Amino acid sequence: MGDILGLVAKRLGLGLLILLVISVIIFFMVELLPGDIAEAVLGQGATEENVRNLREQMGLNDPAYVRYFEWLRGAIVLDFGKSIVTQEPVMSVIGERFRNTLFLATYAAVIAVPFAIILGVIVALLRNSVFDRVANVLTLTSISSPEFFLGYILILFFSVKWGMFPAIASLSDGMSFGDLLQRTFLPALTLVLVVTAHMMRMTRAAIINLLASPYIEMAKLKGTPPWKVIVRHALPNAWAPIINVVALNLAYLITGVVLVEVVFVYPGIGQALVDAVSKRDFPVVQASCLIFAATFILLNLAADVGAILTNPRLRHPK
Amino acid sequence: MEDISTLFYFGMSPSIFAIVYYAVLLVASCAASYYNQRSMFLMIFSLTLVSIIVGIVGGASALSMIAVTAFAIAMAAMVSYAFREFLILIASTELAKELRTAPLTAAFGMFIIFVYAIAGIFAPWIAPHGEAEVISSAFAPADENMLLGADQLGRDMFSRLIYGTRNSVGLALTATLLAFIMGALLGLLAATKGGWFDNLMGRIADVIMSIPSLIFALLMLSIFGPSMPVIIIAVSVIYAPRVFRLTRAVAGDVVVMDYIEAAKLRGEGMWYLIRREILPNSTAPLVAEFGLEFCFVFLLVAGLSFLGLGIQPPTADWGSMVRENATLISFGEITPLIPAAAIALLTVGVNFVVDWMLHRSSGLKE
Repeated sequence: MGDILGLVAKRLGLGLLILLVISVIIFFMVELLPGDIAEAVLGQGATEENVRNLREQMGLNDPAYVRYFEWLRGAIVLDFGKSIVTQEPVMSVIGERFRNTLFLATYAAVIAVPFAIILGVIVALLRNSVFDRVANVLTLTSISSPEFFLGYILILFFSVKWGMFPAIASLSDGMSFGDLLQRTFLPALTLVLVVTAHMMRMTRAAIINLLASPYIEMAKLKGTPPWKVIVRHALPNAWAPIINVVALNLAYLITGVVLVEVVFVYPGIGQALVDAVSKRDFPVVQASCLIFAATFILLNLAADVGAILTNPRLRHPK
Repeated sequence: MEDISTLFYFGMSPSIFAIVYYAVLLVASCAASYYNQRSMFLMIFSLTLVSIIVGIVGGASALSMIAVTAFAIAMAAMVSYAFREFLILIASTELAKELRTAPLTAAFGMFIIFVYAIAGIFAPWIAPHGEAEVISSAFAPADENMLLGADQLGRDMFSRLIYGTRNSVGLALTATLLAFIMGALLGLLAATKGGWFDNLMGRIADVIMSIPSLIFALLMLSIFGPSMPVIIIAVSVIYAPRVFRLTRAVAGDVVVMDYIEAAKLRGEGMWYLIRREILPNSTAPLVAEFGLEFCFVFLLVAGLSFLGLGIQPPTADWGSMVRENATLISFGEITPLIPAAAIALLTVGVNFVVDWMLHRSSGLKE
């Protein structure tokens, strides 16, 4: 057991280290700006006076490393300073939106994960059949389509032609949960289509990889019935790759959400990020990037830890 | 939408269309069974049965949907078959042997790539109007002068679509090439040199890959502003680590071979080793990776330009064309979807070819 805890702790430490490096990258990339933030924000027409005032206000006269540690200390308690454009605290701009994004991602994941894993296992068992070929072509098509293509096709049919779901996923206070699910159905479905395709293919590959191993061959040769080969022999070893697949795709969900939010005008953090990028609102950009990166790393970490915890060789050491 | 619904019935009235449709299917399935084409017969006859059920439930319009889909798939299959035969004829014997094993999907992919290449290279001769030329009112419907109607500023959609091939694909291709050259060179160096250089490069790749690609691209664009060189460099930096890892792994397997040892003992330099010994022995997986990488880059660039942060107007570009004309969708028009479909089609095509190559290079494991 101590082995496992050690491994997990090591992975967690590594994850934290990478997050720290990324925070350095995110912070110091803005320093690469020709001139500095104050000049970039005010543009060419700014007077010397204005630039100096803004510098003073943003504390740009301190050396970069001092500001980095200030920023990092704030970031740990989720205080990212003030937005340049609206002058509001960054967290009040993106805090609510991050919750909305998490809701959308969870909604999509709850539908996609069971669906994709079951289909993936079925396709792996029926490999090289007509069903498998058709599934291969369909999933490949779904992966290859940009998210906005799928999103607009769904809008065209489900909302414009058949009027079943709204095309714009706006949220309002005091909406009932059923209303919420109905409003956000199309963006969730778009994500489900993309993620299911990825997950199915990865599950299929993981299972086929497993079925090719010698001990499965042995089980077959000694006359074990096929269902028993799967349940007793293949499945215990399949959990690790399947958990891996799920976590990796959830990480993908978190970023795929940016385009989907823009298509459906959904008030999530992805849209806030895109807006901030075009307005060059650096504190918001930095905060959103850090949040996205942290979520991404967390999920990747979950994949690794899950793989360690479900690995039979590690759980039952000789 | 009138033009589309007449197209749905192939220019016939619905009842005549239904009769002709079933007649064609039945004749085809009888012919298939007569000539002992078992799988062909099964396919056509099951299509007939499905059509009967769908026709009863959904009426003539649902039937025509199925017919159009089946017709499109059949046309695609025929085109890919003919294109594969054509390639086999013009290829050298060795290449022809490999091409014969290509499934229809891969042939379809090659055909798509071929068509896009033609459209991109000969864009000024194919497009009837200029890229940024305003020729009518905004959102004017299609007529004999404009195949797909006009966009939000009254420019010809079809011409912009053709020019878009050049700009969107060209940009993605340049970025992929750059990412590939960087990643492959560093990977080969890391594999041959080893030691601290290998370690350092590996850690840098780890860090870059642990930031979501779209987010990283947005961060860089917010700082350096959306311009062509920035996009190309940002995207290639984001995707180079993937190539680096693969090249390092593949080259790492080759480096331990005896013939490398022999070359080293002969006193060959590192460049000779990379160029003459390692590279020729790791081409197959690298070529497949190039295709995959292109798909990722292409989708990322399309996403960026859809967000308004890619190639800047008035240059025609598929992602921004979708965004600019998206309002048309709420009127039930499909024109804004065409550039998006063009993106999807090329990615699907490349993926089909890559799928076949990966299947071949994996030694048909399954």
